[in-house]
Amino acid sequence: MAEAIRVHGLVKRYGPLAAVDGVDFKVPMGQVFAFLGPNGAGKTTTVEILEGLRNRTAGEVSVLGLDPWSQGRQLHQQIGVIPQEFRFFEKTRPAEAIRYYGVLFGTHPDPAELLARVRLSDKADANFDTLSGGQKQKLGLALALVSEPKVLFLDEPTTGLDPSARRGIWDVIRNLRSEGRTVFLTTHYLEEAELLADQVAIIHHGKIIAEGTSSSIIAAHGRPERLRVEGPPSLAEYLRSHVGLPVTVDRGQIEVALRDKHDPIRVLTAIEESGIPWKDFGTVHDTLEDVFIQMVGEMDEGEVAAGRST
Amino acid sequence: MNPRRIVADFGVFSRGYLRNPFGLFFSLIFPLILIGIFGLIYTNGGSAKITVYAENLDHNSNASLEFLSALNSTGAVTVQVVDASSIGNFSQYLGQNGDPVGIVIPAGFAQSYGNQTPVNVTIYVNPQDAVSTGTTEAAVQGVANAFNLHAAGGQPFVGVRSSTLGSTIFGNIDFLIPGLIGFTIVTSPMFAMVEISSTYKKERLFRQLSLTPLTKGEWLLSKILFYVALTFVSAAMMIGFGTLVFHAHVTLNIAVLPFLFVGPLFFVSLGMLAGSVAKTPESAGVIGNIITFPMMFLSGTFFPVQSFNPPLQAFAHILPLFYVIDGMNQVLLFGNLGRAGDDLAIVLVGAVLLFIAAIIAFKWRDE
Repeated sequence: MAEAIRVHGLVKRYGPLAAVDGVDFKVPMGQVFAFLGPNGAGKTTTVEILEGLRNRTAGEVSVLGLDPWSQGRQLHQQIGVIPQEFRFFEKTRPAEAIRYYGVLFGTHPDPAELLARVRLSDKADANFDTLSGGQKQKLGLALALVSEPKVLFLDEPTTGLDPSARRGIWDVIRNLRSEGRTVFLTTHYLEEAELLADQVAIIHHGKIIAEGTSSSIIAAHGRPERLRVEGPPSLAEYLRSHVGLPVTVDRGQIEVALRDKHDPIRVLTAIEESGIPWKDFGTVHDTLEDVFIQMVGEMDEGEVAAGRST
Repeated sequence: MNPRRIVADFGVFSRGYLRNPFGLFFSLIFPLILIGIFGLIYTNGGSAKITVYAENLDHNSNASLEFLSALNSTGAVTVQVVDASSIGNFSQYLGQNGDPVGIVIPAGFAQSYGNQTPVNVTIYVNPQDAVSTGTTEAAVQGVANAFNLHAAGGQPFVGVRSSTLGSTIFGNIDFLIPGLIGFTIVTSPMFAMVEISSTYKKERLFRQLSLTPLTKGEWLLSKILFYVALTFVSAAMMIGFGTLVFHAHVTLNIAVLPFLFVGPLFFVSLGMLAGSVAKTPESAGVIGNIITFPMMFLSGTFFPVQSFNPPLQAFAHILPLFYVIDGMNQVLLFGNLGRAGDDLAIVLVGAVLLFIAAIIAFKWRDE
């Protein structure tokens, strides 16, 4: 599959601080790629380098075969960008903004059609400063689509939006993918990445710490599947002594880590044989968010410990 | 440069501007209000005469009546004779009437004049009102001199005829119109561009625009064209208002058009430069005020530069707005196109240099 984005050995330094420290990844054409990381991890710096808004210190970067910094004007004809908290001229209306961008890019967009695609038709003639946060982001999406871009960069497009507005943006992203466009998505919301992305990369302290599909990252870095049941501490003690599996207890929730497909039956049989009252039986899996918090937390704790020992 | 992109940016910016009532008020209506205020002040100042209350103690002798008539005929004052028998103390009477100016013709005035013996008329003045005092004293002294000359059998040889610069007698209102056009040329672009350049930077709108094919030069040129158009509209409104309402003498001449183009070019570029070097919108506002306010008051907008002391006049000559206003005065009032050309050349060179500096100084991207 052809690559829309290729990054190799990317470094960005601000004085002695390495905001991005040797990052490598590739994004195939037509995929949604989620770029995750805590605040200050290097997400926005990386995406701005890819957009051609910021120069790099070292490394190779190619977007649609072009160098974003030195060939920015050519690249900008082929990409769409929605920055964090999209802003526009206060007294300009969405339909006017689309016509304006159409002239700038030399395209002939139909404002009504484009606003319908991002579900903003009812605000076609409202001044930008009267739009809600979600509506402003939708206009940003519409403007990013004016040039019919092959690659879209969405930098935290749903931050601060209410759940309904967020789901509206998700639908638009799904539609973009179905149209064959590549979407580079940075987000704080792990659920969003898990739902939308084909590929995920997690960056922390300027380095990629995990990369792959959501399920492969969970499988590689997450805990095993667990059987969960609500019961007294005596039930946990009984299971520890009878099933030979790791058992944890947290506020009345007993979790038993499962190793193979026969374990659930063994655990259930043991619960029944204990004669101890129980309820709300089920299994739980780690989510991408669980894995993210675990990985980032472990790295931070390791650095704190290393700092103490030096 | 792509004209279609410039026109598109001009259109979006214009529509946004027209939807902002504050911007429209300060660009188009506020200068008219200033013309109205100053026009009323100048009109009253030009037509109102000083009322001089006269107490004639010479029992309406022919000589005393002729003296008061001659004083009234000077045109500088209006003589109002009061009944000496009914007012009591003349000085108190003047005080009760708001301290106007008064003159007393003494008893025996006609007899002394006929006998050619000295006699004094007394003037009551308010020392705090220098204009009334000076005018009245000069008028009375002039009439007294004429009476003395006549009594001595002499004839006046040296006369005085008044005129002003140019072929027309200009009033303050005439000078105010070019001044206020200059005021609009500096204030609208300067305040707007300083605010726009710093706010767009803070709001990351320049970065947003950098992701489109629009160039910095096209964006800045569209702003210059907008403020040129705004200046044309504003100048037409001010000239029309001043001419129709206050009968201002303005000679419409096509030679004024270059000033209406080069002026906004200069100050849009200067505003952009000031906003670009500022780190925050707040500091940009301060820089804009530091640049703008001295020019507003020291370039001949409200007060003629010739009335300043020499150091201030020298300072005025380094202000670019001085050359804009002086050039328009030369075109609109005096028809002195040679000097206007010199003024225009100075502003044009500065405008081109500032445009280049502004293009270099303001950044679409961070690095």
